[in-house]
Amino acid sequence: MKVLMLGWEFPPHISGGLGTACHGLTGGLAHHGVEVTFVIPRSYGDEDAEHLSVIGCNEIVSSRTGRGRTEKRGDRTSSSELRTETELLAETLEVAEALEAEAAQDEPGAPHVLAVDSPLQPYLTPETYRERLDQLRREGKLAAGPLPLTQEARRSLAELRRVLSELTWGEGPVQAAEWTLKWQERFELSGAYGPDLMAEVARYAVAIGELSMRQDFDVIHAHDWMTAPAAVVASRLTGKPFVFHVHASEYDRSGESVNQEIRDLELLGIRHADRIICVSHYTASLIKRRYGANADRIRVVHNAVTHREQRERFDGAKAIEEPIVLFLGRVTFQKGPDYFLEAAARVLEIEPKVKFVMSGSGDMLPRMVERAAELGIARQVHFTGFLRGKDVERMYAMADLYVMPSVSEPFGISPLEAIALDCPVVLSRQSGVSEVLTNALKVDFWDVDDLANKILALIRYPALTEQLTEEGRTEIQRLRWEASAQLVLGVYRELAS
Amino acid sequence: MTAIVFYFQVHQPYRLRRYTFFDIGRNDRYFDDTENTRIVRRVAEKCYLPMNALLLSLVEAFEGKFRCSFSISGTALDQFEAWSPETLESFQALARTGCVEFLAETSHHSLSALFDPEEFRHQVSSHADRIERLFGKRPRVFRNTELVVSNDVAAQAERLGFEGILGEGADHVLGWRSPHRLYRPEGCERIKLLLRTYRFSDDIAFRFSNRAWDEWPLTAEKFASWVHEVPEQDRFLGLFMDFETFGEHQWADTGIFEFMRHLPEAVLRHPRFRFWTPSELIDAEDPVARLDLPHPVSWADTERDLTAWLGNRMQTAANEALYELGEKVRELEAAGRAEFAHSWRRLTTSDHLYYMCTKWFADGDVHKYFSPYASPHDAFIAFMNVLDDLSRRADQALKASATGAET
Repeated sequence: MKVLMLGWEFPPHISGGLGTACHGLTGGLAHHGVEVTFVIPRSYGDEDAEHLSVIGCNEIVSSRTGRGRTEKRGDRTSSSELRTETELLAETLEVAEALEAEAAQDEPGAPHVLAVDSPLQPYLTPETYRERLDQLRREGKLAAGPLPLTQEARRSLAELRRVLSELTWGEGPVQAAEWTLKWQERFELSGAYGPDLMAEVARYAVAIGELSMRQDFDVIHAHDWMTAPAAVVASRLTGKPFVFHVHASEYDRSGESVNQEIRDLELLGIRHADRIICVSHYTASLIKRRYGANADRIRVVHNAVTHREQRERFDGAKAIEEPIVLFLGRVTFQKGPDYFLEAAARVLEIEPKVKFVMSGSGDMLPRMVERAAELGIARQVHFTGFLRGKDVERMYAMADLYVMPSVSEPFGISPLEAIALDCPVVLSRQSGVSEVLTNALKVDFWDVDDLANKILALIRYPALTEQLTEEGRTEIQRLRWEASAQLVLGVYRELAS
Repeated sequence: MTAIVFYFQVHQPYRLRRYTFFDIGRNDRYFDDTENTRIVRRVAEKCYLPMNALLLSLVEAFEGKFRCSFSISGTALDQFEAWSPETLESFQALARTGCVEFLAETSHHSLSALFDPEEFRHQVSSHADRIERLFGKRPRVFRNTELVVSNDVAAQAERLGFEGILGEGADHVLGWRSPHRLYRPEGCERIKLLLRTYRFSDDIAFRFSNRAWDEWPLTAEKFASWVHEVPEQDRFLGLFMDFETFGEHQWADTGIFEFMRHLPEAVLRHPRFRFWTPSELIDAEDPVARLDLPHPVSWADTERDLTAWLGNRMQTAANEALYELGEKVRELEAAGRAEFAHSWRRLTTSDHLYYMCTKWFADGDVHKYFSPYASPHDAFIAFMNVLDDLSRRADQALKASATGAET
């Protein structure tokens, strides 16, 4: 079984649970002998992927234009080939990181680079996409000033979106030749990053369309909305079945104030997919309710935990005596950071010596800092900003308990990580992970009193912490990616037969 | 002759409110009266009243040839008196026939026999007084909470004057021996041990409505034919079960009431069989051998041990904290402050520990047990919060009485 898998991030360059889940899932699939080609918008070359091939869209070589780069990353600066405007632009972005990464990825057969770079990341919105471009500019990775788009390129991108829209929403087979022709025209004309997020998503779809015709695979497996158009294009060009894996929906991220364009792309994926994999029954129910998805095509496959042989110990990580209560995640509406603070205020009425730590960044962070001050608990609440890698693990090890008060959490892998580091968890019932985890305290996210009550119980009753961490460790041992991948393979087989 | 000894357990706990940390020190209303009222009335309607009416009609129809026995926990009696007096009257009507025996147990369905012998004596004696007052006869046979029995528990019951004690006919205790004879626990001199025949009991209590069971549907005739196959040297069959089997665990539409209506006739059709109460049995029979019960045996689960109540860290921690408080509340009780002991005894009810059981997590079958809580951890938290509050109040009262005595 060969799978063309479309994702948005892959460890170590991740901004959330999606990359972790994709890494675990592909590892599980490899265990069952499934060959996965994983495509991400932009590859750094040091993805943690011994078990599969990771291709960045910036590596896709156009065989027809003959302009694709075939040199290894490090040779790029010395290349004398003609380059498109896009390539040049991408290089300004990538050279520094590429050189840095060079030492780590010098094995034979390292990915080839074609500069169709994209700043797309999971959890982007049209607003944050613009912020991301601004940030790249500030960091000197992108030329200052307005987007380097010619009028011509701008027009061609608009045209591209129209063509894509016909392709994705239209009916009937598509002639590969026709597509290729269109693609070549557009691609050579268009340059740089899309002027907006949706143009960028379209451009990604173009690249995948091209790739799909040159790869050998049985099934297309796409993760979340940004890859939906790409998967639909690839499916219609190749006639191969398409699995849409829903890790989160716009309703999880934004509540009732959804971004209509993003919702449309989710709907696109849900309507066109031959099978929809949801990460929980919670999500399956939401997908049915909000998108009218056909229950016959939905399969639920829970996420699992990557079990490491040896975890680094963080003994003595905690240097203070006071109990530490941790929030760790994006500080956004979806994650319920405000409920964390309200509960903190309630806890501190009873136990004034508890420390509350909010780790992560997001659009609600400034508001949260203000709120802590308003509640008069600023001295007991600490904001660490975004943590990654080892710092995340160290933080879990330091904490006496971890709280995930998400408003709507399709799965939520972080409680499993916390338990793996002996940190007991209180989690929202409005989450997929609560379906698979019994050794956790559960609350309705809006029930701040219950949340505070359970935080206090964990602080006061050591037997509860012992029970949850000891039994929890055993429990998460049973949540294995091999088992989840087995279910996913079952979905592939349904389609292949 | 072979006797059929029916014993039915009647119990209702005082379920706790969702008592949070914020209630501690502010609120001494621990129990969910609304829920407790609702449940006892529902069970009365579905089980106690119709089943007692049926048993009464059977006793009358068979002119004393149908007999059975009960034990009713003190917490259940309290709830009948408060919220379902007609249920209590229906039990009293059965007692008046002289064919229905009421056994002793702990007043609060507690495991005090294992952790607090003084409290155990108190709960058993006070409850025996109450049974005598309500049903007209002092109990001679003792049944411990959840049928928990060991050499030591039996010895305690013997010291309290009981002539018989009920126990579980667990395979690992009996070995090759038959459960259909009386035994004497090691270390005891007089008391006689009546064991439950789990196979026959569970046919009624658990398997009756199971359509996957190859004997389904179970008729009175079929069950009686199995009973009649029991060899002549077997002295009795102990059919011990929760009374709620009838109408609550097995709903009326499973035919459980019809089954019981026809069972006496079907069993008595063979002249070798008769129905007896536990006291009649121990008056007529003597133990055939000693039985060694070094570890407590219960009637719960397949393990027949204490792990349903004391199988995890939450349960052992809660149990320890609970019995640590015993001395204090009894001291206050002796000084005329009975309210602490009153609340505390309701917390000794083993159901509170049972709600904290996580045994079924391993099978991924979390919904298997009946509990008012969303999870065993929630049960632990509510219980510990209540205990925390009670303990603080008891300490304050002790301190106050100490200063009061000084001045």
